[in-house]
Parts: sequence; structure tokens; C-alpha cells
Amino acid sequence: MAQKRGQRGASSSADDPEVVARVPLQAVLLADSFNLKFRPITLERPKVLLPLVNVPMIEYTLAWLDSVGVEEVFVFCCAHSQQVKQYLNQSEWTKPAARLSVTTIESHDAISAGDALRVIYEKSVIRGDFVLISGDTVSNMSLAQALHEHKERRKKDPLAIMTMVIKHSKPSNVTHQTRLGTDEVIMAFDPETKELLFYDDKADPSQRIISLDKILLADSPAFYMHNDKQDCYIDICSPEVLSLFMDNFDYQHLRRHFVKGLLVDDIMGYKIFTHEIHSSYAARIDNFRSYDTVSKDIMQSWTYPLVPNVRYFGCCSNMKLDRQGVFKALDVVQSRSAQIGAVTLIGSGSTIGDHSVISNSVIGQECNIGRNVSVHGCYIWNNVIIEDDCKLNHAIVCDGVHLRTGVVLEPGVILSFKVEVGQQITIPAYSKVSLLPQPSIQDSDEELEYADANSGVIESPSITSIISTRNAELNSDYSVTENSGLSEVGISGVGYIWCSYEGGNDEEWRHSVAPIPASKLAELSHDYYEDPDVSYQEVNSTPVSGELRPDSEITGDDDADGTDYGDSADFDKEVEATFQRALTGVNQENVILEINSLRLSCNKSHADCAGALFLSVIKLGLEAPHSSNGELYQNTAKEINRWKDILKHYLKSVDEEIEIILKFEEICLEIATEFSPLFSTILSSLYEKDILSEDAILSWASEKEGADESDKIFVKQSERFITWLKEASEEDDEDD
Amino acid sequence: MARMDFEVVVLAGGTSRKLNPLVSQEVPKALLPVANRAVLSYVLELLEASNLKDLIVVVEGEDAALRIGGWISGAYVDRLHVEVAAVPEGVGTAGALRAVASYLTANDVLIVSGDLVTDVPPGAVAATHRRHSAVVTALLCPAPVSGPSDTGTSGGKEKAKKPVRCNIVGLDPTRQYLLHMATGAEVEKDIRVQKSILRAVGQIEIRADLMDAHMYAFKRSVLQDILDQKDKFHSIRQDILPYLIRTQLNSEVSDNGGIKSESGMDNMSSQNDLRWLSQHRAIAPSAFQEPHAFSLKLLPDARRTHKCCAYIAGESKYCARLNSIQAYSDINRDVVGEASHLSGYSFSAQNNIIHPSAELGTKTTVGPQCMLAEGSKLGDKCSVKRSVIGRHCRIGSNVKIVNSTVMNHVTIEDGCSIQGSVVCSNVQLQERVVLKDCQVGAGYVVTTGSEHKSESLARK
Repeated sequence: MAQKRGQRGASSSADDPEVVARVPLQAVLLADSFNLKFRPITLERPKVLLPLVNVPMIEYTLAWLDSVGVEEVFVFCCAHSQQVKQYLNQSEWTKPAARLSVTTIESHDAISAGDALRVIYEKSVIRGDFVLISGDTVSNMSLAQALHEHKERRKKDPLAIMTMVIKHSKPSNVTHQTRLGTDEVIMAFDPETKELLFYDDKADPSQRIISLDKILLADSPAFYMHNDKQDCYIDICSPEVLSLFMDNFDYQHLRRHFVKGLLVDDIMGYKIFTHEIHSSYAARIDNFRSYDTVSKDIMQSWTYPLVPNVRYFGCCSNMKLDRQGVFKALDVVQSRSAQIGAVTLIGSGSTIGDHSVISNSVIGQECNIGRNVSVHGCYIWNNVIIEDDCKLNHAIVCDGVHLRTGVVLEPGVILSFKVEVGQQITIPAYSKVSLLPQPSIQDSDEELEYADANSGVIESPSITSIISTRNAELNSDYSVTENSGLSEVGISGVGYIWCSYEGGNDEEWRHSVAPIPASKLAELSHDYYEDPDVSYQEVNSTPVSGELRPDSEITGDDDADGTDYGDSADFDKEVEATFQRALTGVNQENVILEINSLRLSCNKSHADCAGALFLSVIKLGLEAPHSSNGELYQNTAKEINRWKDILKHYLKSVDEEIEIILKFEEICLEIATEFSPLFSTILSSLYEKDILSEDAILSWASEKEGADESDKIFVKQSERFITWLKEASEEDDEDD
Repeated sequence: MARMDFEVVVLAGGTSRKLNPLVSQEVPKALLPVANRAVLSYVLELLEASNLKDLIVVVEGEDAALRIGGWISGAYVDRLHVEVAAVPEGVGTAGALRAVASYLTANDVLIVSGDLVTDVPPGAVAATHRRHSAVVTALLCPAPVSGPSDTGTSGGKEKAKKPVRCNIVGLDPTRQYLLHMATGAEVEKDIRVQKSILRAVGQIEIRADLMDAHMYAFKRSVLQDILDQKDKFHSIRQDILPYLIRTQLNSEVSDNGGIKSESGMDNMSSQNDLRWLSQHRAIAPSAFQEPHAFSLKLLPDARRTHKCCAYIAGESKYCARLNSIQAYSDINRDVVGEASHLSGYSFSAQNNIIHPSAELGTKTTVGPQCMLAEGSKLGDKCSVKRSVIGRHCRIGSNVKIVNSTVMNHVTIEDGCSIQGSVVCSNVQLQERVVLKDCQVGAGYVVTTGSEHKSESLARK
């Protein structure tokens, strides 16, 4: 008994530290997506505060964190941090009654998630496992099981530092993107432990083969490869994750750097695991397409209880759900003749005029929609005025926009805050219109999201411009035209049309709210059907099988060989460049060193070096001013004399010397034909300077004996010299 | 099995170099005794049990063909209808098939390697093939675990007993379709998976613990086309099968005339199948996904596909190929041991087989999982453990035979000790010879008192 009690005592004391060390579940919420995908809207308002079905995105994330038992949330804000703080201070979350304690951490120099986590590490507020989430995530999953799994794994294996939440989602075969508009992710994980083995979210589309390291199969006999899993960007992390970000200060992106770095470099054996959710919802709003998809999902109640008609958020709880998924605030003023189609939400205080048709759309609060307006698949935020006869198709219309009579928005249009569009104007597809001018320098590095918008202050537009209809200047920078007399209707508008990023125009359809146009799909699927032919030929041409070689044991490193031949000219150039530096006074020995390292990196032989060097020397001779062959010979002989030490360094044996002669032939025939009459003279001077040996010249001559006549011109030219050599050597023999 | 319309080709090989010195001109690989029966008999009887009685046996080398033909006509005269075809040595499995391809007429062809020892019914592979109307169906079995299976003397050393890496296989989630296959030298390299196939299926299970057992069902027309058109293809395992697998989403095989009509329907259905596999389990379908599905239907089915299937043998089935000396020892051990139902003999109460005509001296013990064939004699105080001893062997006194295979007409004199070795026919081991992990070729004489370890002894 005593023993038993002792045991119990021991076990409870073993538990004790845990109880003491039990920290409230913490979460880090990144209120900055560190990308530019929501521009131009995000120039004026941070992404997390953009309304998603009339509720700011961050509300969804916080509500979920609250519901899964997170007690402390650190909201990291960077861009527009004042707005985020202000919003949070006024929200329910910071009221004393809130279960959740929300703390904001602010930093203005963070340009990536990696920087954000480093800032959080320095604050040393994280004491245990925490949930890492970005403020644009909508989920209703239960975290309990994933958290439990994570903790159990941690007990057994302290190296298991992260659990990623994933969800089934098959990317389209045609566009290779998921319904959320994100690129397909290729993952591999262990079927038993769910350990993540491979992660690739930026697969090179031209690459038709996925190559996985054989080490993946070293320990386990099997693994699964997926491209039908979606990364939910909800991670359960251990504190080590933060310190890893500290140690590897070059980690910026959570996935591309951190996850891949951990998997590929195998840092300290740390492991990442996955947790797949099946029936619950989790999605991150990464781009306009996911904005659209998630909005639809919310309205169709996939995210229950985070849906408009449940009193989850303080606001918009006075929603009434009608048939066909139509949500209407109680105080909506709707004309009898207006039609509201399926999956539509209309916020409070909005009015809809006669004969207007609205479907698949979200209308915010206090919007005023006139007569004969058609709105399909649009997201209209608050206080928008749409005058009569407008046609809106798959557009996002931000707060305070004013569309005058007869405006047509083609699919994919984004109208940022307070833009005004004049009468009868058609905004072409995928246009983005903002009161702010487009930043002139487009930093291609997408990590630098709000870098130039950090101020968080909305600048009032300095230039008021009028968008002229059908102006073809869309593609020119700042297509701002003063519409003084151009438009006979005399309407006025305010805003800049942003031109697409360089080269981004083609990809605009991918991330737009508008459905992918049928023509694009047809084109893509054509590619999809055509492509494989090429790919199979490629596969066939590489001898993966024994098709070309009876016993394919020797399948091979053809890549290396291929580059060898292809690079030969490049190599010559490199050597020449190095040699040029020698002219400017670099020590000869250093030149030899550099050429040697070139040789090793290009996998070349001494003979190649000798050939390339010789070419450079000859070129020097050619470059010096000369008027006759005699002068050319003089110059060349001088250069040869000057550089013979370096040359000799590479002439270890007869083979290399022959290589030089062959190279010389090539030079005379192809590169610098000026030398062809001088061939035998230079050859003999090379012999005299001990650069070439008699053996080399004689064996070159005998090698050429069997060659074509055309190949033998130089042998013939040097015939006398060769006979002389032969006789000389015979004499030598006789002397012996 | 005329109903099933399957023709059977058994590739019996010739005299494999890998099996020296066990094989010789007199004993081609197919006739190596496994538990005192030619290894080919295991395949032939397996086929007979599945009612596949019309066979073509292809042998490399005229001599070997004559010997094998003679043996078959003697042993299976009333039971099977066998045609033996000889092909030149070194033509490879594809070459061997090319030689007989023109005689094939049935819709499907079952191709079995002659060195296969298994109890997986070929009918099951054939049925899978038919059910999916596949172009090829391969039998996959758990990769063999090499080395002595149980607490042998050397058991302790081989703690790190790992299944041999034979193939890297990619399967779909239902484990019916073969999506990736690496053989030979590729197994040791990085895994290269085709993105298009992953995209079509969504999930590929990559496994290294399965072995291609060299039993395939092929659609005959496709096989003939490939053999015709790809005249560089040398081996089924390394060329034909990988080729079919990697082109399955973009089939080239059913392009030409004659087959097109008959395979048109198959193409349709197979495409639907892959599509079915890839179907998005729509948890949250949104109205906006419609154009995707819609457009796919709009498109002409420009791509032909064909199906490559796998039949995976259960864990309880035995499956091994006699393609190395190690495998030879393993199979002999297994056939009288854990896979004893394959041997076709009935075991005694002591779990061994001692022919009534065999003679045992006093104090001689023959342990379980042993076999002693007719006419063999053992002297006094001998000990035989987990070994197979052939016909008419004369074994002296104080001889220890452990974990070994002794073929026919072998003379072993007093005081010899044989461990983990293979002793071929007509060998003479003189007194006090000690062999450990050796192979002794036919007719060799090991002189008195010599000791050998891990050696291959054969007449020059």
C-alpha cells in the first residue's frame, strides 16, 4: 500500500510541474498578410478590417480563437496599425467582459511573417504552445483534437514542433488552382504518423516531374503524396518555432522558408506534423477569389456558427434568412418590383429601387441602389450609392463609392474607397480603381506588402481626375486623363485606374472575384490536353528506362554530360574573361588559381583549359593593331612569348599539346581566319618556345593523315616543318 | 480456361549468371530443385490449379530448351499442353515475348516468370485485369525479407533485417491502379513522380515494400503493338511496364487502326474512372465552381487513357522469385518451413519429410522443417536442421547439416559440417570438410579437412 501511495505521490508530483506550468492557450494573430494581393484596397484599410459578408475579417478569426478556448491573443499589426488598434479598442474583444484577452503588438519595420515572429519572440510573451494564424482566416474547426495530438506528440518526441491543419481540396485539373484561388500544393506525408515530409506550394509549372529525395523512403516503407490538400494556415506551434525564426534570420515566409527549410535542411531534426480536418471548415482569404469563395461559403452556412443570422457578432444580428439563402436585414427598403436572387445578403438600412435585380451578391449597410440596376456576384460594401440603370457584374465595390447612372462594371472590377464613376461609363474587366495613385515603383518582391503605405493615414487625393470612358490608355502608366470636354454627357468621376503590374495582366483572371472566363478555360484545357505529349517525350528522351540501353543499370547522369557539351563555348568565354583580368595586372599565379577553380566548377579537363587559354592569347595578338600578316605574326608571337608560362602550366602531356594544335586549327578555320596563312609559322614558333613538343606535332600530323582532304590543309601547310621535324628526330636517333 | 480467353506465356529464362555455380549446362535455372522439385514445376502446377493448361514456355538457349522440354513432356505428359520455344540468349524478357508474340491470339495474355514460387492464384490477377479492362495488371507482393527467417545461428547478427528494396511503387488511394513504378537502378535514386498523374488522382501512395512479382496480365493487342513499335525495349519490367505506366494518361498504344474500334469503349470508361477517382469530395460546393465542371464536359475527350492495374497479394500469401543464391536458400527453407503447403508433400508429426526409403543411422536426428528424399542414407550421430537433402545421397557419420540445401547423389564423408550452404548434385565432400555459407558446383570434390567460408566452389 505504502508503495502504491508512493507511486501515486510520485506520479502526481510528476504531473505537478505541468499543472504549475500550465499556461493559458495563446495565439499569435498576424493582422497583416505581407502581400499585395488586396491592393489597391489595402492602401487605405488593412486587409483584416475589410468586410467579409459585412463583418471585418478579423472578427471571424477572433471569434474562432475564442470558441476554441484560446485565452490570450497577440495581434501583430504592421500596416495601418493605428486602424487595427483603434478597431480592437472599440470592439467587444477588449471590453472587460471578454473571455479573450487581446493584446496588440506593433512594429513598423516588419516586412514578412518571419519578421513578425521575431518581434514577438523579442517580446517574450509566448510561454508555451501557441496557435499561429493570420487575421484573415475563417474556420469553425474544433482545435481540441489537433491540440491534444500535438501535445501527445510533443511528450513522446520533443522535436515535433508544429502541427499544420490541412483540408481536402482538389485543385482544378485545368487551372491548377484550388477553389480558393491558391496554387496547388504538393505535400507528402507519412501515412501513420502524419509527419510532413515534403511541401511545395510554388511548384514550377514547367516541371513535369516531381522529384522527391530518396531519403523519404529510408525510414518508412511508404508515404502518401497529395496535391488535393489545402493548407489552412492554422498552425499549432511550440515555442521553438519562434526561436528558429530568430536563429534563421533569413526566414521570411512561413511556408516557403520556414516549412521548406525545416524539411529540406533537416534543422536539428525538427519535425512538422499535419492534422487533417474533414467536416469542419477552415480557409484563409488569400486573394480576391478566396474572398469570393469564402463569402459564398459563409452565406451557405458552411462556417456555422459564423454565419450572418446567428448572434455571434454584435452587429448584423438582425438578419433574417429567407428561402434560397437570401439574408435580409429587417430594415431593408426594397421595392416590390425588385428581385433578389439566391445567395444574397442585404445589410441594414439599404434601399433597392424598382425593377432592380440582385443575385449572388453581398450588399452592405446604408447602400442606395437605384432603379433597373442589375447586380450579379458583387460585393458592395457600405454607404455605396448606385444610381439607375447600372450593371454590375462580379465586382468589389468599397465603402462610399458612387456610381452614376448607367455605369457598367465588367467582371473582376475593384472600386476602392470613395471612387466616383461618371455617367454611362464602362469600366473594363479586371480594372482596379482607387483614389490613390498607383505607387510608381512596383517592388516585385511581394513580401514588401505595405512597405510604402505604412503611414496608415489616408491621404486625400491630390489630383482629381475623371475617368473617361473607353479610353485606351489603360495600359499606360497613370492613365489619368482630365476629362474636360471629352465626354459629351458631362459627367464627372474621381479616381485613378491602376494599370496591371508588369506581366501580371495575364494572370489577373486567376485571383479575381469573377469566374474564370470560358475562353480562358478552353485555352487552358487545350494546353492541358496538348501538354502531356511534350512531357512524355521529355520523359522518354531521358533514359529512365532501358529503352535506349539494354541494361538500364547505367541510367544516368546525362544532365552532367549535356551541360558539358553545351557549356563549352561559355567556358571559353569565362576563361577569356579571367585572362583579361590577368592583363590588367593580376598576378599570373592567381590567374592559374582562378582558371583552375573554373575548370573544377565546369567539370573540364586540363586540355579544355589549355585550348581556351590559347584562344585568349591568340585573340590578344589579333586585337593589337596590325596591317599585314607579318605584323600579325609579330604581335601574336609576342603575346605567346609573354604568356607561355601560363600556357605551359596546362600542357602537362602530349594530349594537351595536341588539343592546342586542334584548337588552333579551329581558330584558323572559324574564329579568326586571318591566322590561316600563318598557321605553320606560328606552329613552328610554338615549337621553338618549347610550348609544343615535337611528339605532339608529329602525332597530330599522323592523326590527321587519315582525315578528309579538307581537314588536312594545315597539315599540308606545315608539311615542310613536319618533315624537318621528322628528319631532325631521325638525326637525333642516329646520334644516339 | 478457355472461357477466360487467356493465353499463358512462361518465361523460363536460361542459365542465369547470377546463380553460378548452382546452374550449369545440365541444370538450367528452371530445373533447379527446390525441395527436390524443379522450380518451374511450382509455376506449372500453380497454373494447372487455375485451370490454365495451354502454355507456351520460352527458354533462352537451344540446349536449355531441349532439356526443359524433355523434362516437361516427361512430368506433365497428360496434364498440360505445353509448347516450348527457344530464343537466343540475352534477348531479354521483351525479346523472348517478341519471339512468340505472333502466335498469340487471345484477348489477354498472362505472362509468368518461371522462377516464381508463389501461392497467389493467377486467376485472381486475371480477374482483376478483366474487371478493370486494364492494359496491364501486375502482381505485387510484399518484398521478401532476406536471410534466415528464425533463430538460426547467424540470426543474431542480422538484426537489421530489412525488406529488400525491389521496387518503388505508386498506387492510387484504392490501391487498384498502378501510377508509378521504379525498378532496377532507379530504386536507389530520388523518386520522380509525374505531376500530371498526381494531378489526375490527387493522392499517390508511394511504397517501397512491394515487389513486382513478374506475373503480368497484358492486353494482347497492346502488347503486340509495343513489341512491334518499340524494338529497343528489352525487358518487361524495365521498359514495357514503366512505359505503359507513364503514358497511361496519354495513351499511345491504342492509336493504331485495328485496336481502336475495340478499345474505344474502354477508353471512355477508363477516363471516367480516373476522373471518378479525382472527384472532388465537395464539402463546401459553391455556385462558382460550376464553370469548371461544366467546361470539362464541354471539351472533346482529346486524350486517350489506358489503365495500369495492380493486384496486391495479401500478407498471408507466399511469393518469392528465385533470382539469386540467397533467394535459392531462402525459398528452399521456406518451402519446407513456413510455406510448406507449396511443397506438395505431407509432413510427418515432427514437421519434416523423410522418405520411407531413406535410412538413418543410430543417434542421428533430423529436425523439423527438414526434408530427406528417397534413397538417401545417413550414418550415425548425424544432425540435420532446417535443411533439404536430395535423392540418393550418402552421408557418413558425425555430419552436421544446418540451414543448407544438398542436391542429389551427393557424397558427404564422416565428420563434415555444412552450414548455410548449397551443395549441388554429384559433389563429394571428403572427411572433416567444413563449409560455411558456401556454394559447391556440380561434381566438385572438396578435399579432406579443408575449410571454406563464404566461397563459391566449382569445377573450372
